[in-house]
Amino acid sequence: MARFLANRLALSIVTLFILSVIVFAATQLLPGDVGRNVLGPFADQKSVDLFNHQVGADRPLLVQYGDWIWKFLHGDMGRSLQYQVSVWSLLGPSLVNSLKLAAEAFVLVVPLSILGGVAAALRRGRLADRAITITGLSLTAVPEFVSAIFLIVAFGVFLTWLPVNAQWPQGTGLVGQMRYLLLPSLALVMVLFGYIARMARHGTIEALSADYTRTAYLNGLGTTTVIGRHVLRNALLPTIAVVATQTGYLIGGLLVIEKLFNYNGIGQRIYIAAQNKDVTMLQSGVLLVGVVYLVATFIADLLYSVLNPRIRFGSVE
Amino acid sequence: MSTIASPAAGSEARIARRETLRQLLRSPTFLTGAAIVGFWVFCAVFGFAIAPHDPQDQSFTPLLRPGGAHLLGTDNLGRDVFSRVLVGAGDILKVAPLATLLGIAGGTVIGLVTGYFRGLVDNVISRIVDAWLALPVIVIAVTALVALGASTITLIVVIGVVFMPIVSRTVRAAVLGERQLEYVQAARLRGERAPYAMFVEILPNVMGPIIVEATVRLGYAIFTVAGLTFLGFGVQPPSPDWALQISDGYSLLNDTAHQGNYWIVLFPGMAVASLVIGVNLIADGISRALER
Amino acid sequence: MTPEPTPLALELRDLDVVYRVRGQDRQVLRGLTLTVGSGESYGLVGESGCGKSTTALAAVQYLPSNGRVRSGSINVAGRDVVRLSRAELRKLRATEVSMVYQDPSQALNPSIKIGRQVAAVFRVRGIGRDEAEERTAAVLRHVQIADVGSVMNRYPHQLSGGMQQRIVIAMALAKDPALLILDEPTTGLDATVEAEVLDLIAQLQAELRTAVLFVSHNLGVIGKMCERVGVLYAGRLVEEGPVDVVLQNPRHPYTVGLIRCIPRGGVRKDHGRLDTIPGFLPPLGEELPGCVFVDRCGLAREICHTVEPPLYQLGEHHISRCHFHEEAPELPRVIPADLGQPLPLDRSSTALVRIEDLEKIYRQRGHTVHAVSGVSVSIWPGETVGLVGESGSGKTTFARALLGLVVPTAGTVEVDGRVVPPKLARRSREDVEALQIVFQNPDSALNRRHTVRRILRRALKKLAGLTGTAAAARLLDLVQSVRLAERYLTVRPNQLSGGLKQRVAIARAFAGEPRLVVCDEPTSALDVSVQAAILNLLVELQVERRLSYLFISHDLGVVRYLSDRIAVLYLGRLMELGPADVVFDGPHHPYTEALLSAVPTIDGGGRERIRLEGEIPSAANPPTGCVFHTRCPRKIGPICEQEEPPLVTVERDHMMRCHIPIEELRRLQQDKDAITA
Repeated sequence: MARFLANRLALSIVTLFILSVIVFAATQLLPGDVGRNVLGPFADQKSVDLFNHQVGADRPLLVQYGDWIWKFLHGDMGRSLQYQVSVWSLLGPSLVNSLKLAAEAFVLVVPLSILGGVAAALRRGRLADRAITITGLSLTAVPEFVSAIFLIVAFGVFLTWLPVNAQWPQGTGLVGQMRYLLLPSLALVMVLFGYIARMARHGTIEALSADYTRTAYLNGLGTTTVIGRHVLRNALLPTIAVVATQTGYLIGGLLVIEKLFNYNGIGQRIYIAAQNKDVTMLQSGVLLVGVVYLVATFIADLLYSVLNPRIRFGSVE
Repeated sequence: MSTIASPAAGSEARIARRETLRQLLRSPTFLTGAAIVGFWVFCAVFGFAIAPHDPQDQSFTPLLRPGGAHLLGTDNLGRDVFSRVLVGAGDILKVAPLATLLGIAGGTVIGLVTGYFRGLVDNVISRIVDAWLALPVIVIAVTALVALGASTITLIVVIGVVFMPIVSRTVRAAVLGERQLEYVQAARLRGERAPYAMFVEILPNVMGPIIVEATVRLGYAIFTVAGLTFLGFGVQPPSPDWALQISDGYSLLNDTAHQGNYWIVLFPGMAVASLVIGVNLIADGISRALER
Repeated sequence: MTPEPTPLALELRDLDVVYRVRGQDRQVLRGLTLTVGSGESYGLVGESGCGKSTTALAAVQYLPSNGRVRSGSINVAGRDVVRLSRAELRKLRATEVSMVYQDPSQALNPSIKIGRQVAAVFRVRGIGRDEAEERTAAVLRHVQIADVGSVMNRYPHQLSGGMQQRIVIAMALAKDPALLILDEPTTGLDATVEAEVLDLIAQLQAELRTAVLFVSHNLGVIGKMCERVGVLYAGRLVEEGPVDVVLQNPRHPYTVGLIRCIPRGGVRKDHGRLDTIPGFLPPLGEELPGCVFVDRCGLAREICHTVEPPLYQLGEHHISRCHFHEEAPELPRVIPADLGQPLPLDRSSTALVRIEDLEKIYRQRGHTVHAVSGVSVSIWPGETVGLVGESGSGKTTFARALLGLVVPTAGTVEVDGRVVPPKLARRSREDVEALQIVFQNPDSALNRRHTVRRILRRALKKLAGLTGTAAAARLLDLVQSVRLAERYLTVRPNQLSGGLKQRVAIARAFAGEPRLVVCDEPTSALDVSVQAAILNLLVELQVERRLSYLFISHDLGVVRYLSDRIAVLYLGRLMELGPADVVFDGPHHPYTEALLSAVPTIDGGGRERIRLEGEIPSAANPPTGCVFHTRCPRKIGPICEQEEPPLVTVERDHMMRCHIPIEELRRLQQDKDAITA
């Protein structure tokens, strides 16, 4: 298992490196001169040059990249070009906010979708299966801001049960915060439900038709025992990987939801940085999203290898 | 089970294909999806002719509730929401399919190459694909669109390119399965070059997964274009695009006195939802028919 | 029937089973009646699609969801399983009936420890945790698992295939069932492992007096394991009787044909062709008013098409469902026995292909795996060399290196005395054309998206350089030479039966003028009747074109039939190489001896079984000294563990890698034969 995890860790690091190059290259493509973008079209060339020199934008690209990544690894993300404060002082709290939102969505969607998927598999081909599958498919297909609009109109506008904005007033307690986050979370739940449920359904169907399930039935074990002990365990392993990749989506894909609900998360930060061409903020924000994704997948690998004896005791990559 | 060869076997390939088609035409999911998508395509083409008002006409009273002369009300600039919903599919139905096509084409080539060669080429490209996939589509797209400027062409190219690695994953997995089948070795054993083996031997055998992927991708393309448009990086005003209508109108939802002026956003939202659901129902129908 | 004190273990009466396919019921079993008495072992044979597995699954009420029993009854241990309630059925499965099926690695749950999985069989009957654990250990010891404590704590993937099958058998016997159903339990296992598992089953069955329903396509296995045998064809029992009576004196044309298809009793290609069964199994669910076998039967007359033959009683418990059962033994041959003799070989000339010191080392997760270590073989024009060995012996790697599909780590391949480049892409068109292959599985060897015509035209273009009308003309010759009807040219492979597909694959290899064709288990995915036809075809092509074969197979009867010389591989090393008769008749290498004795044949009796100790070692970590010493029944001492014996010529054309002198081997092996004779 150590070997498997070491392998995965090494891969993650390589991926992270490539990712940083992609992010850096992409932000270098931003049109216009860094100083000009920040200082505006009416600033004189001298102060633009000076600005560029101050932020180091006049150095060779390779040096800039090296400097950026070196500092990033040491927890220093530089200063925001737009706000002239440390990037981390803005990104940090936003990341926490996004994680809160993601966590709420996660806690709701994982049990719900797995339950749905397994239930559909057990009633394969029957009405319940078709209903769950089609509902899941439809919910997943609809863009999150559209689902959110439906939720807002229903719960915020007509029923007025829940706040339309997600940003809670200062001093709101945790439970109160969760209430504010419920609508955006539900929108995310709707998007993720179908995907995870489909994987859970697929895994369960596969396990149900496996020979070992037949062995269990033919040994006279009851349906409950067979499903609980033999089917679910093997069925849900692949679902873990899906859940992990979806966490990545959750963190980064929050862009749209955060804007809609006017919520100060990392997506909102990236969005504003992109609009204002705040290169340092954009670079670090995007890379941070990548890091979160890789951490999530690594945790999934860890979980997967612990739960899967075939990896825990070698022999399978 | 043994397959039985009958003298009429020659026509059986066609029969099998017709059988798939017949299954599609009998599948309620597929038919529902096709009807929905067909309706919106029709509206996109003929919408301007059948709409009761000019979608860009701002001369009506703003923020009228649904009913009366304006079936779905009017927006804050005094435009007829019903007319705008009718024609709102135009841009997205141009951008999304073209972007999908681009993504499928590029992804298929990458997937074939990485799956076929494995080894170093595969390792290098796969790492890049992994890194690419670590970023949510929307983040990459936003960054790229800011860099390149938003236009229909860049939108198509950006989404297409962003989809390539995702498609390549699916294709690669299918190719890896085919690659180890002996017919590929047999091709090498009569001196075939790699491009022939990839495109003539393997490609036809992975068309099934590619077609399914294409329909699923089309759904995501609409999803993504809508999201980007909502953020202001996609389809640009003054297009009557649905996502643009929502983007313009959602801030009015706070106006609880007027029921949040819900009609400005709800109806375009329903239109977007029905279109993507339609596309996904088609995808589901096709993948079911091909599975059999 | 007189009532018996103990009920029959299994009693099927007029059983009709149908599968619903595309909205129609297709009949799979047609009025099947058979009984397995208490403590009896009953073998059910037939080719694929005959309904063997359906019978087994029906008996435990585990038919696929589209299958159902339309009429008839199934009694297991005196209870009608069709009418049992869910709870009763569960109880029956927990106590009275067990089933073992083909792939043991699939039959065990990958995420539960062995100990717990086996204990579940006891727990379900309400036995306490501690007692269940004790009894689990006991039953595992019973199936001769050495290190019970550690095995119980392991997961299935940590055990070898043979070991896994022992566990499954242990589970099956743990409930002391009235009936044990074995569905191809050793198919897919290596010969020596198969022999061990069969021995174990036989021993346990004798000890516990459990009734056994043994389902297999392999007549040899049935002959060894069963007292009575039933032959199934198209869902109908066509013949039944005591196993030696049926195998020695079959009275249904289908049984006769099946037995004639099998190369056995040392028959070789120069003795004559194998007989085959023409035609195909009728499609699933076809209406068959007369005899089910009529379309393929050499004895068929008017009455056979219209009147379903009754079961004729032929002697004690021997029945045949054939109107002309008296004539069955004289069933006319489909294929005349004499169809041209292979030309005599001339080994004084230059070898066609000379492989020198071929070595292939794989690096696998930090391990180095010697797939092939220093193997040298030469093949002369017109000669067939059989390549024999179990999984991991390096047969396939050796063949692929020869073809250039994998690049060897060391060693050379010469064609006509000229070294050819190791990489396929570097080889000239002539070299590529000269060395071809027929793969094991024609399903995956043919591109399922291309028509037969397209497959062959492309091969003609690339291998023979033919296009246009020349190619069209040659194409017709080609399909004719592999006895493939022209109408199949427009068809895609998935519309062809396995045998026809393999003909297309052979035609493709023969599109150019191949000098040597590697046959990698070309018939192991096929039914025996089809196998015979393919083997005949290979011989005919060899006679016509005087080409050579490297024939890889685990089926020693097939290898013997085709081969002039035999090479035996074990863990990547050449253990023995010599003329086929010498290698088969001995004195042979102890490993060859074990391989030969492991194969159950329908001739029965014969060789004494030689048990091999332990598992096949991993090629990543081969034993020191002689690689076979860990399992060798004739190990002579420390020298075997320390020193690798050289490959030396022990007689004319006969090479062996063993520390035991040839004369000593001859004496030992003759003694053994004397004992069994």
